[in-house]
Amino acid sequence: MLDVSKIRSQFPILSRKVNGQNLVYFDNGATTQKPQIVIDAESKYYANQNSNVHRGVHFLSGLATDKFEESRNTIQNFIGAKHKHEIIFTKGTTDSINLVASGFKTFLNKGDEIIISEQEHHSNIVPWQICCEQSGSNLKVIPILDNGEMDMDFFYNLLSENTKLVAVSHISNALGTINNVEKIIEKSHSVGAKVLIDGAQAASHISLNMQKLDADFYCFSAHKMFGPTGVGILYGKEDILNALPPYQSGGEMIKEVSFSGTTYADLPHKFEAGTPNISGVVAFKSAIDFISNLEVNKIAKYEEELLQYATSELLKIEGVRIYGTSKKKSAIISFNLEGLHPYDIGMIVDKMGIAIRTGHHCAQPIMERFNIPGTVRISLAVYNTKEEIDLCINAIKKAKIMLS
Amino acid sequence: MHTIKEIQKEIIEDFAMFEDWIQKYEYLIDLGKELAPIDQKYKISENLIKGCQSRVWLHAEYAEGKIIYTADSDAIMTKGIVAILINVLSGQNPSEIATAKLDFINEIGLKEQLSPTRANGLVSMIKQMKLYAIAFSKQQ
Ligand SMILES: Cc1ncc(COP(=O)(O)O)c(C=O)c1O
Repeated sequence: MLDVSKIRSQFPILSRKVNGQNLVYFDNGATTQKPQIVIDAESKYYANQNSNVHRGVHFLSGLATDKFEESRNTIQNFIGAKHKHEIIFTKGTTDSINLVASGFKTFLNKGDEIIISEQEHHSNIVPWQICCEQSGSNLKVIPILDNGEMDMDFFYNLLSENTKLVAVSHISNALGTINNVEKIIEKSHSVGAKVLIDGAQAASHISLNMQKLDADFYCFSAHKMFGPTGVGILYGKEDILNALPPYQSGGEMIKEVSFSGTTYADLPHKFEAGTPNISGVVAFKSAIDFISNLEVNKIAKYEEELLQYATSELLKIEGVRIYGTSKKKSAIISFNLEGLHPYDIGMIVDKMGIAIRTGHHCAQPIMERFNIPGTVRISLAVYNTKEEIDLCINAIKKAKIMLS
Repeated sequence: MHTIKEIQKEIIEDFAMFEDWIQKYEYLIDLGKELAPIDQKYKISENLIKGCQSRVWLHAEYAEGKIIYTADSDAIMTKGIVAILINVLSGQNPSEIATAKLDFINEIGLKEQLSPTRANGLVSMIKQMKLYAIAFSKQQ
């Protein structure tokens, strides 16, 4: 059992007031709050360890480099990657996907196909649209079913020898569906396609093992897992990362530069041009330590309990419709109240200190699929409680009364 | 007909009576519900002001030296604020509208609803109302 009040006490922001009320933070899908150890790690870095990495021979540069690389080790272990150099530091999931899309287009020819799903975040749609446009290949889309799951039969039919890449989310940020990525990877590999998984909503909620999962690329963001903003991970299999051309160029990513030709650095530095977000990377390690101490499986179990409770309480309100009703779901609930606009609900519950998201959640195709302007989204994290769910439900009821 | 300044003053006085946000929001919701409907033929994409979250439709007509605005929104709170803006600006002459200072927004505590980050289409709506006014003032 997790000691949730002890967990809560590690997050200073959770004790602040919003509009005179205790904050109920249910927008964890957008970004999570940060525990004291992450905040401390960042300030300790600047107070005590700051220097540029991989450059100087002086003491501090060595220390900063050690800390930076220690983070890479921690992440390698956290996601069960085979090699440390398969972990590339980026700015976030969006950056990771763009890195792959930009390089992957050089592998593509006219008539090749990339498959994504209707469920994707815009970050996992637009880079592929551009990639296809620039390479003359075609983008295919797996539709979703009424319950928010991908139409797997449709997917199997889409797969062919023309399929070069399949890019799908592990968990939908707008619906909460946990996708059967194991099956998607297996089937894609059987036609020789590579697979990129957008794990922005999964890391820290599902335990990960890259060697078992066998994805070719896996992307996630530190800020959605108690870490700092501006840090993300691209995991890629060694051979593919070696084949992929560099994304950005400049310092750090080179072996030798001359005007007759430049050679690139080895992995992972080939993809880490320029001075990285060192303090963020260092503090990310503390976030991973925080998660590992709690254990991902225990986090998932507790979040499942919250999800069940919130779902059943919400469904007691007349006129509620939940979007995303798959059996395998993460603690994300997207819903609408009949006849009411999500924006109005969000405005009113905000006044009661409840932070929930309203809108299209950067997944407009899903909203189009369900023919709605947007939804209200509750996304829970390990520091949330049933009492907070009660407060939120009451606030929603109050909004409903005010609006009808 | 009251001037833009006078109407703003009345609105500020109305809002000063509210004791808490609930009364204020309930008032906005009521205003939203009471807003005279826009003619369906004007609820078209050309008149749509896109916010990220709520949408606003705005139509303007010019007759006898005055602009009459009609509008709608899919969110009722947004519609309430739309109603106030129409209340202030509709029926005035173009040059008054074009140069109007909408100080009341700050005073009644709706500034946050009208900040560009709210993405509810209201900032663009005010801009569009003024653009109509500038265009019509050239016809004067
Ligand atoms: C599924 C999914 N993919 C990608 C992203 C983009 O992540 P970031 O903004 O950290 O790059 C998000 C964030 O909302 C997400 O939920």
